[in-house]
Amino acid sequence: MAEIMFWEAVRRAQDEELARDPMVLVMGEDVGVAGGTYKATLGLYDKYGPDRVIDTPISENGFTGLAIGASFLGARPVVEIMSVNFAWLAMDQIINTAAKVRYMSGGQLEAPVVIRSPGGTAHQLGAQHSARMEKVFMGIAGLRVVTPSNPRQAYGLLKSAIRCNDPVFINEHELMYNLKGEVPDDEYYHPLVGSEIARPGRDVTLFGYNISVHWCLKAAEILSRQYSIEAEVVDLFALKPVDRDGIRESVTRTHRAVIVEEAEPAVGVGAEVMAIINEECFFELDAAPVRVSAVDIPIPYNHTLEKAAIPEVDDVVAAVKKMFGV
Amino acid sequence: MNVADKKRLLREMLFARRFEERCYEAYVERKIGGFLHLYPGEEACAHGVLEAARPGHDYVITGYRDHIHAIKCGADPKKVMAELYGRETGSSRGRGGSMHIFDVANRFMGGYALVGGPFPLAAGIGKAIQMKGGDEISICFLGDAANNQGTFHESLNMAKLWNLPVLYVCENNLYGIGTRIDRSTAVVDQYKRVSGYNIPSAQEDGQDVEKVYKAARKAIDHVRSGKGPYFLELLTYRYRGHSMSDSNAYRAKAEERMWSKRDPLIILRDRLIEDGKFTKEEFKAIDSDILDEIEDEVIAFAEQSPDPVVADLRKYVLAEDDPYVNGGAH
Ligand SMILES: Cc1ncc(C[n+]2csc(CCOP(=O)(O)OP(=O)(O)O)c2C)c(N)n1
Ligand SMILES: [Mg+2]
Repeated sequence: MAEIMFWEAVRRAQDEELARDPMVLVMGEDVGVAGGTYKATLGLYDKYGPDRVIDTPISENGFTGLAIGASFLGARPVVEIMSVNFAWLAMDQIINTAAKVRYMSGGQLEAPVVIRSPGGTAHQLGAQHSARMEKVFMGIAGLRVVTPSNPRQAYGLLKSAIRCNDPVFINEHELMYNLKGEVPDDEYYHPLVGSEIARPGRDVTLFGYNISVHWCLKAAEILSRQYSIEAEVVDLFALKPVDRDGIRESVTRTHRAVIVEEAEPAVGVGAEVMAIINEECFFELDAAPVRVSAVDIPIPYNHTLEKAAIPEVDDVVAAVKKMFGV
Repeated sequence: MNVADKKRLLREMLFARRFEERCYEAYVERKIGGFLHLYPGEEACAHGVLEAARPGHDYVITGYRDHIHAIKCGADPKKVMAELYGRETGSSRGRGGSMHIFDVANRFMGGYALVGGPFPLAAGIGKAIQMKGGDEISICFLGDAANNQGTFHESLNMAKLWNLPVLYVCENNLYGIGTRIDRSTAVVDQYKRVSGYNIPSAQEDGQDVEKVYKAARKAIDHVRSGKGPYFLELLTYRYRGHSMSDSNAYRAKAEERMWSKRDPLIILRDRLIEDGKFTKEEFKAIDSDILDEIEDEVIAFAEQSPDPVVADLRKYVLAEDDPYVNGGAH
C-alpha cells in the first residue's frame, strides 16, 4: 500500500476510469491544460485529449447541465466545480434535473454524473469563498452525497461514484488536498453508503465527516491523555443517505454523542444526526447530544474573526468536558 | 483632457501601480491573506473610463480585482489597505477583504467574488436610478471570461428591454485564470457578442488611457442621455498572475514581452515627454513622492490600526433595531 496525497488519489481514480471506459469524461474550469486548481487532473489532458478532459468556460450551470444531458445518453461525466461556492450557480441543474430525472421519468432516464468540489473555510477567503454546502445537498432527495476524509476514501468513493448510476456529489475540502494517507495498490471501490469507525472508544461518540474527522481524532487523543475519556470517532463519509445503523450502533455502545461540523448549525449534519439518534436510540442516551458547529454568520475575512467563527479541536474537547462535567 | 489632467491621471495611475505592488509585498510578508488579485497593466481601463464618468456620483460595481476602481471612485487608499490587513478601520471593517472592497458613500457598490455576479446587480442599480429619476449611470467593470456566464446575457437583455442606464465595461485581458480566451469563448471579440441584444458597443485599446477616455466619453454620453445600455470592450493585459497563487506558466513569454512594451504608464508618460510637457526627472520625483506616501501614510495607517474584536463577531449579519422585525413601529 502506497502513501499518496489526497489530490493524487483523486487524480488516480479519474485516470483509471478514463482509461477503462471511453464514455468517461472530466470537465471543469482549468482542469485541462492547467491540470486543475488542486492538481486533481494533472497530466490527464495530455493523456486523454481535449475532448475528454475539457476546459470549460465559466458557465457553471451551463456545463453542469451539459454534463447531466450527456449522462442521459450514457456518458460518465466527472464535473469539477472549482469551489463549492460556484456550485450555488449550478444548483438548478443539480437539484432540478440530476436529482429528479429518474423519478419524474418513472425510471426511464438516469443521470449518472459525478460532481466533485472543494468546500470549507480555507484561509481568509472571505464570505463568498468559504461556503460549506454539504448540508444543502444532504437535504435533496435523489442525490447521493459523500465526503472523503482521507486519500483512500477520496480514491475509492470517486471510483464507485463514476460507476454508480445515480448522481453523486463529492464534497472535498480546500485544505485537505496535500493530506497524505495509504491507498491500496490494487483498484478499490469504496461503498457509497455506511460509516467508518476511525477510532474505537467506549465513553462518547464523536461524529465527524471530511475535515472534522481530523478534529475529532485530535480531540479524542487529548481526552484520552488528559481526562481518561475514551472517545469513539465515527467518520460519516456518506451524508446522503446517512448511516442510521452506524449511528445507532455507536451511540448504543457509548451512550453519548457529539457531532462536529464545520458548517453553521441550522438544518445541518448535526441536526440530522441528532434527529436520527432521537428516532433510533433515545433511551440509550446518558446525556443530551451536543453539536459543535460554526457560528451562524457569513465567514469574515479578518483572521481572528474567521478563527472564532469556525470550530476547532479545543471546542470539541470543551464540549465533551462539559458533557462529563470535568 | 488638458495637460494638467493628463499629469494628474499619470500620477493616479502610478499611484495605482505602486499601491498594488506594495500589496504584493505585504502579501508575501503575510500581512494580507486570502485571495489577492492585482491590477498592474490594466490601470488605463479604470482610470480612462472613470475619468469620463462622475466618480462619487455615478454608481460603480466590479469583481474581485477591485482596489483601484474603489480608489478612483474616491475611496481612501488608507482604508483600502487597512481592509486588506483585515482591520476594523478598513473600508469593509475587516470583514470583506481584498475581493470585497465597498465604499457606498462614494457610490462604489462593491467588489464581488463570484464571476458574473455583478452583471444583473448593475442592471438593478440602473433600474433604481430610473425609478428615482436621477442623472446618474450604473457602471459595471468585469473581465472577458465573465461574459460566458448566463448572467451576462440575461442582464444585457433586461438592460436593453427596459432601457436601463448601464455601461458595461469589459476589461479583456485575454485570460480567465489560466484559460486563454480563444479556448473558452466562441466569439473572441467581446464587443460583437452584444449585437444580438441591439446594444451599441465598441472595442478600444485598453493600454492608452486617452483612447479609453474618449471611447468612454462617447459611451457615457449615450447612457446618460437616456438611450439605454452600452458595452465597451477594452483590450488589456495583467502583468502579474491571476492571483497570488498563479505563476502565469500558461502564457508565452513573447506575448508577455509584447504587452510589457505597451505599459499604460509609459505610453502616457512618453507622450507627455514628447509633447515637451514633462520630463523623466519629474516622473521620478512623482514616483518617489508616491512611494513615500504609500509607506508613511497608507501602510503606516494599516499597520497601526486595530483588528476587529471577537465580541463583534455577530455584527452586520442582519439589520439592527429594525422595528418591523417585531411587527412594525407602534
Ligand atoms: C462563479 C465563479 N466561477 C469561477 C470562479 C473562479 N474564478 C475567479 S476569477 C476567474 C477568471 C475570471 O476571468 P475574467 O472574467 O476574464 O476576469 P480577470 O480575472 O481576467 O480580470 C475564475 C474562473 C469564481 N470566482 N466564480
Ligand atoms: Mg480576463
